[in-house]
Amino acid sequence: MSLPQRFLDWFSARGWAPRAHQLAVLDHAQARESVLLISPTGGGKTLAGFLPSLAEITERGSGEGIHTLYISPLKALAVDIARNLEAPIAEMKLPVTVETRTGDTPHSKRQRQRQKPPDILITTPEQVSLLVADPHAAHLLKGLRTVILDELHSMVTSKRGVLLSLALTRVQSHAPEAIRIGLSATVADPDALRAWLASTGAEPAPLVLGKPGAKPEIRILSSVERVPWSGHSSLYAIPEVYEEIKRARMTLIFVNTRSQAEMVFQALWEANDDNLPIALHHGSLDVAQRRKVEAAMGEGKLRAVVCTSTLELGIDWGDVDLVVHVGAPKGSSRLLQRIGRSNHKLDLPSQALLVPSNRFEVLECTAALQAAEVNAQDTEYPMVMKLDVLAQHILGRACAGPFHPDELFGEVSSAWTYRKLTRVEFDKAVDYVATGGYALRAYERYAKLKLQADGTLRLAHPRLAMAYRLNMGTIVEDEMLKVRLAHVKRRLGKRVVVGGRVLGEVEEWFVSQLTVGQTFVFAGEVLRFEGLDEFGALATRSNDREPMVPSYQGGKFPLSTYLAERVRQMLADPKSWKDLPPQVRGWLSLQRFRSVVPKAGQMLVETFPRADKHYMVCYPFEGRLAHQTLGMLLTRRLERAGMQPLGFVASEYALVIWMVRDLSLAISSNRIALGRLFDEDMMGDDLEAWMAESALMKRTFRNAAIIAGLIERRQPGKEKTARQMTVNTDLIYDVLRTHEPDHLLLRAAWDDAAEGLIDAHRLGAMLRRIKGQILHKALDTVSPLSVPILLDIGRESVYGEGHDALLAEAANALIDEAMRLV
Amino acid sequence: MSRSHRITLSGVDFIPDLSGALFAPEFNALLVADLHLEKGTSLARRGVHLPPYDTRESLLQLKAAVESTRPQRLIFLGDSFHDQGARERIDASDLAMLRAITAKVETVWITGNHDPAPPEDVGGMIVEEMVLGPVSLRHHQKALRDGEAEISGHLHPAAAIHARGHRIRCRCFIADEKRLIMPAFGSYTGALSVRSEAFEGLFGDFHVWMIGDKAVHRFPAAQVR
Repeated sequence: MSLPQRFLDWFSARGWAPRAHQLAVLDHAQARESVLLISPTGGGKTLAGFLPSLAEITERGSGEGIHTLYISPLKALAVDIARNLEAPIAEMKLPVTVETRTGDTPHSKRQRQRQKPPDILITTPEQVSLLVADPHAAHLLKGLRTVILDELHSMVTSKRGVLLSLALTRVQSHAPEAIRIGLSATVADPDALRAWLASTGAEPAPLVLGKPGAKPEIRILSSVERVPWSGHSSLYAIPEVYEEIKRARMTLIFVNTRSQAEMVFQALWEANDDNLPIALHHGSLDVAQRRKVEAAMGEGKLRAVVCTSTLELGIDWGDVDLVVHVGAPKGSSRLLQRIGRSNHKLDLPSQALLVPSNRFEVLECTAALQAAEVNAQDTEYPMVMKLDVLAQHILGRACAGPFHPDELFGEVSSAWTYRKLTRVEFDKAVDYVATGGYALRAYERYAKLKLQADGTLRLAHPRLAMAYRLNMGTIVEDEMLKVRLAHVKRRLGKRVVVGGRVLGEVEEWFVSQLTVGQTFVFAGEVLRFEGLDEFGALATRSNDREPMVPSYQGGKFPLSTYLAERVRQMLADPKSWKDLPPQVRGWLSLQRFRSVVPKAGQMLVETFPRADKHYMVCYPFEGRLAHQTLGMLLTRRLERAGMQPLGFVASEYALVIWMVRDLSLAISSNRIALGRLFDEDMMGDDLEAWMAESALMKRTFRNAAIIAGLIERRQPGKEKTARQMTVNTDLIYDVLRTHEPDHLLLRAAWDDAAEGLIDAHRLGAMLRRIKGQILHKALDTVSPLSVPILLDIGRESVYGEGHDALLAEAANALIDEAMRLV
Repeated sequence: MSRSHRITLSGVDFIPDLSGALFAPEFNALLVADLHLEKGTSLARRGVHLPPYDTRESLLQLKAAVESTRPQRLIFLGDSFHDQGARERIDASDLAMLRAITAKVETVWITGNHDPAPPEDVGGMIVEEMVLGPVSLRHHQKALRDGEAEISGHLHPAAAIHARGHRIRCRCFIADEKRLIMPAFGSYTGALSVRSEAFEGLFGDFHVWMIGDKAVHRFPAAQVR
């Protein structure tokens, strides 16, 4: 069977023909096989996913229950997809009903969807989990034939994807016949995605490749201005970026962080002599504000939008003909995904301009450009097996009705993500859900799951199902505070600040470092901080042009391993420097003259004195997180070796540690061997000892505790403030570590930290890589390559072990001040 | 080891301990506020299964504080038990540890809003308020009479300061020359900023003694955020 006649007519009436990959997906679907379609944006991917369902529903007739579940990573995208589907359905007069179900769907509509389900339900991963936790799930899903997973590549790398993979096992149990169609952008390892789509032990889903799009045209801004040595603001390039905006019809300007977006937007606005309509779009802005920007883009009313990854995914928002990437893109795939936003049509090349913010970023941008030229991908491997996510799933399973642990174990391990789950681990997770899983069996009588005579486990109380619905999900946000625009009034001669409309939300840690009267950039304006009230932060508009709190931050994504390797190779090969701008070439040549440039495979370590301190700089190029961990561990070792280290700063590319003692001398007199210092064995006890105490661990523990349901984000009827939660999880972490160091949640937090904030896996791989490959250079003074990281000292906050040192320092500073007065 | 601090109220010296307890050398008494024993099991009834070691943890800390200061008297400033059912839920070994502590020192339980009637079989006597020389000890703050000084608990004070771009928040003692409020001792007790409304009008020009990991640090009101 192929495409019904009215579909073919519809295509030809538009002068189109079904594309090869669309027909290939149809073939697989009609053979009742799951399939993975990898195709660039603009290739008719969404339609390829829907065609089999539309054809089959037309055949079987509408109103037979949910036929197709379409899962999209973004709420907004789900709504857009539904709207885009309306046209072909109406034009072909198909008897197909389409509805969406997201977090915003009102209760009444959900009820109606239960009574009279649509043929196609477009929804998000969290909603699928909620759906299968519903006692009516079996009835709702029994006629299901197809599950379409959109933007699969973006979902599988996080805990969201892990939770989704578990929800899909439940879907499969209710509808064993259903097939899965995965839609994905190009990834580094398609086989992993193919396996992800299939069940454990089954054949991986066959792969269909769409026709590649036209090769993108990427340039790197060669500024006439001096490229800064360090920093992330790229302000030097604003006039040139503005000229580019003027030449293009519509420009998307991608940056890596919210604060960068604010800075760049502010600077462009200053430069905007022609009053071009330029807008700002990032995740902390108020939703209504974001929708307004998207609508204006769609209508072609804007000339440029400064955005973060919020505009990276999804459908077309207008005729973007240029993508500017301010700051290094951190990964080849991320760059390709982002520049795919311009000329969203297959046959036209995307136009992109990279704007490095500093000299190392010039190297990184060059590497990214070369990687994009050959379409090299460096997407992350899918995330697998998280115990906190499993715990959440088990509770959700119990909400749907009593279950037998043997059956659930079989079901869970049928997910590719949990194929290595052992029965012991699974039982521990069940035990955790039931009573907290403590060796001290204190909570048997308060168990959430009760064992029945027939061996099944039953939810102890309906209230727990309500709590599950309120708290499920894997996205744990930073503690955010609303920022409201305030008015200042005079009452009885007193200055009174009254809150007004909400501008958006900002991380609480950011607000906590502000004092009243300080200015900062938010929502595209310079604001004056006026204080806090019970609803959040209050701020007024300020006339300051220079905000007092710049909040510079590095990218939140670490440099990909692949790009790092390319940068190292470029550095090692002076012949390749000819592609670099003259300033950067000059800088590297000077490095070769004054110090040394490491060969491929080597890691350079420089030691030199400066202003009565001694410095060690190394250049692993492994990203800031891994470097921070390395800094922490090396500092401990240098301390033990009596070198009296004073502090360190890590960047994406390098690490500097400074100390009292002369390290060059210690090395030349064989008191310290660099090979020993950088030995892999630091990943053992030292890492463990440090991690246990680290504030980073407390943060990952908090996330795991929330996902696993130890802490409720929301209780029915009342919102708990994030502040109260932080305090509590820190205390719990300490108690658990003392009394039950092997607890499931500590293990979950440890795994997360090793992969994430501490990046231990990457650090370990790096230490193995440089074994016997350390190139040491003792210098009399600073080297050219070390200047950027040295400039970061003082700008980046120095990482302290505990708070006591800082408290003591603050107290002593006061004493010093007092002494001066005497 | 840093030098120990002294807080003076009506001429009586008190030493804030790193554990969160307060030692009165003149009276050889150790003061402890807001233990909230069995808070963990209290939450468990709602299906929140925090590690059931909070009571043990608090008692171990208490035992260590008693052993290091060797007081003659141990005075609890109320909310020692999280609720009226705490005595019934407490684990046998934890109960034994508590009794072992109170057996060695003269113990007084001041009542609090969480424990208006503390258990009578855990050693010591139960009172609503008491005095230590010129200083009144009670759970909840009261308006002070002329010349009266007071030590209380209930509010679980915490303070934050800024240092090198970091905001550091810890439990603290807070006091001026007439009034002292102690931090909560219990291991699952949250804390309330001394800048919040609940503290308004209680203090004149105050100081806080913040409890770090290794030492107690004193700051003037002006530095507290």
